[in-house]
Amino acid sequence: MFLLAGCGSGNAPAPVTTGAAPANATTPENKAPEGAPTNAPAAGKDVELLNVSYDPTRELWKDLNAAYAPVYAKETGGTINIKQSHGGSGPQARAIIDGLEADVATLALWPDTNQLHKKGLIKEGWENALPNRSLPYTSTIVFVVRKGNPKGIKDWPDLVKPDVQIITPNPKTSGNGKMSLLAGWGSVILNGGTEDQAKAYITQLYKQVPILDTGARGATTTFAQKGQGDVHLTWESEAHLEVEEAKGELEIVIPPQSILAEPHIAVVDSNVDRKGTRAAAESYLKFLYTPEGQDIIAKHYYRPTSPEALAKHADRFPQIKIFTITDISKSWDEAQAKFFADGGLFDQIYNK
Amino acid sequence: MHPSSMRIKKSVGAMVATEPFWLRALLIGAAYLIIGALILVPIVYVFVQAFAEGWTGYINNLVRDKDTLHSIWLTLSVAPLAVLFNTVLGIAAAWCLTRFKFPGRTLLVTLLDVPFAISPVVVGLMFLMLFGMQGFFGPTLQQWGVKIVFAWPGLVLATTFVTLPFVARELIPLMESLGDEEEVAAVSLGANPWQLFWRITLPNIKWGLVYGMIQCNARAIGEFGAVYVISGHIAGETDTMPLRVEKLFQEYNNPGSFAVASLLTLMALGTLLGKYVLELWIARQIASHQSDVEGT
Repeated sequence: MFLLAGCGSGNAPAPVTTGAAPANATTPENKAPEGAPTNAPAAGKDVELLNVSYDPTRELWKDLNAAYAPVYAKETGGTINIKQSHGGSGPQARAIIDGLEADVATLALWPDTNQLHKKGLIKEGWENALPNRSLPYTSTIVFVVRKGNPKGIKDWPDLVKPDVQIITPNPKTSGNGKMSLLAGWGSVILNGGTEDQAKAYITQLYKQVPILDTGARGATTTFAQKGQGDVHLTWESEAHLEVEEAKGELEIVIPPQSILAEPHIAVVDSNVDRKGTRAAAESYLKFLYTPEGQDIIAKHYYRPTSPEALAKHADRFPQIKIFTITDISKSWDEAQAKFFADGGLFDQIYNK
Repeated sequence: MHPSSMRIKKSVGAMVATEPFWLRALLIGAAYLIIGALILVPIVYVFVQAFAEGWTGYINNLVRDKDTLHSIWLTLSVAPLAVLFNTVLGIAAAWCLTRFKFPGRTLLVTLLDVPFAISPVVVGLMFLMLFGMQGFFGPTLQQWGVKIVFAWPGLVLATTFVTLPFVARELIPLMESLGDEEEVAAVSLGANPWQLFWRITLPNIKWGLVYGMIQCNARAIGEFGAVYVISGHIAGETDTMPLRVEKLFQEYNNPGSFAVASLLTLMALGTLLGKYVLELWIARQIASHQSDVEGT
């Protein structure tokens, strides 16, 4: 701990000259978790963290950051300044890999966070570094339609009715986009359909998508503010925000069945160790699991993972049949390769 | 370029008068209509939206939001830096290309236009590839503790690149038309290079230079594509005004978004006004110069 602080202020380049050095430097810190929550943030009194997240979580993190600042001040006596960066989940992961110095990555999907691990920025076993498989909340994909639901959209098969225009972001770049596609796929496969039928359904669905934005919020703007399309496939949280902002012009439709989204959170090990911000970053992410953090999460219509918080806010989250990625694919890696890789299913159906 | 175009304006005016009145009225009316619909209406709309919450709302949207305030500050520092670099580079390039004959000179003139030809998004990606952690210099720069991409130096770099040709493009034809007689004379009378530049070259090119700088500044302030790629979208850190406009719009803050947009528009209009005043000034200079010549 002392050693790290010394490096930070004195000869800063020392710990980053080789790949091995930061690993050595961090071991004492990791081995002393009992000292971490209290001692460590105090070492660097005023801390700045960068939270690189996906597109629609802007309002959530603004609230969480505001709520966490006094907690940090009380714990350490210092101030914390948390900066936010938002965009399509894929490009955001890419930006971190390209050198965007995120202390924490709060991306939409497992493969995006795991990409950071593959590039050596996040350690092995990151998924279990925080409680509940590093999931403070989950979400799902729902529909938003125009007032009165003029096209009568209730369930996934309704989307491919003729003259329905669908807005959803690009599955190549957006977590929302990937989830929309997988949810549509699952709605066929898990109701007795074959792969060919699922493919035909998805092909038709994307024929009816006039614009593919790179991120969830871009698609929301296209649907809600620019008035394009009849139905918007989006995150549950985003749907509520969008409908609230539209003041009666839009309605939510919860389909009877949809997919479970797991936006994992992670401390970006290589960055926090170089910047000396590990303790603050960890304490920040742990705050999400506190009752206060879980309440804020529920308030923004993300489904909290603590059973107490979920029970407390049950009225906000209608029960629907939720399936997971493993119900339609062996693993995320396999789904990524099959659906979204270059030349994968999406490329095959969308370029036709 | 522009002084000569102003010189022929008079004769063009004389020709127009030979057309029938109804044709003139029709064409001029159409011109006003098109400019009104395409330019004036959107600009007015920006201000109407910006003032949706009244004057106090407008001011609050600009100064109460610290991320917005930061974006204004960032644009007001990135753009002048880009103009400064391009002024130095532009003078050097124009000097080199008009005062020396060397093999590959034409190729160099063509290369100067490359930043205009490449899409700004590609420019951003190019710098990301060069200076990012996956790129050529990224890991070394990180060891030295130097941040370029996802930080303000990257924004300056990208903006400078995108606006590179403005000053040089303005100066090259000007210096070519001026010729080097005065400079040769100065050198033969014993002027050193600094004296040559400050006393002979700069006074001759100053208005062309200012004109180029104004154009460069206008483009630098509005730059979106290249900085979008290289900024990392960090609110209150790497968001310039155009990026802030998009972000506020996406965050349902229409009045805030349009407030920043209106400020950008005002900056652009200010630039245009500067350009207009300068053109008038140059026209007057030329007129007085001509009457001087006629007088002697």
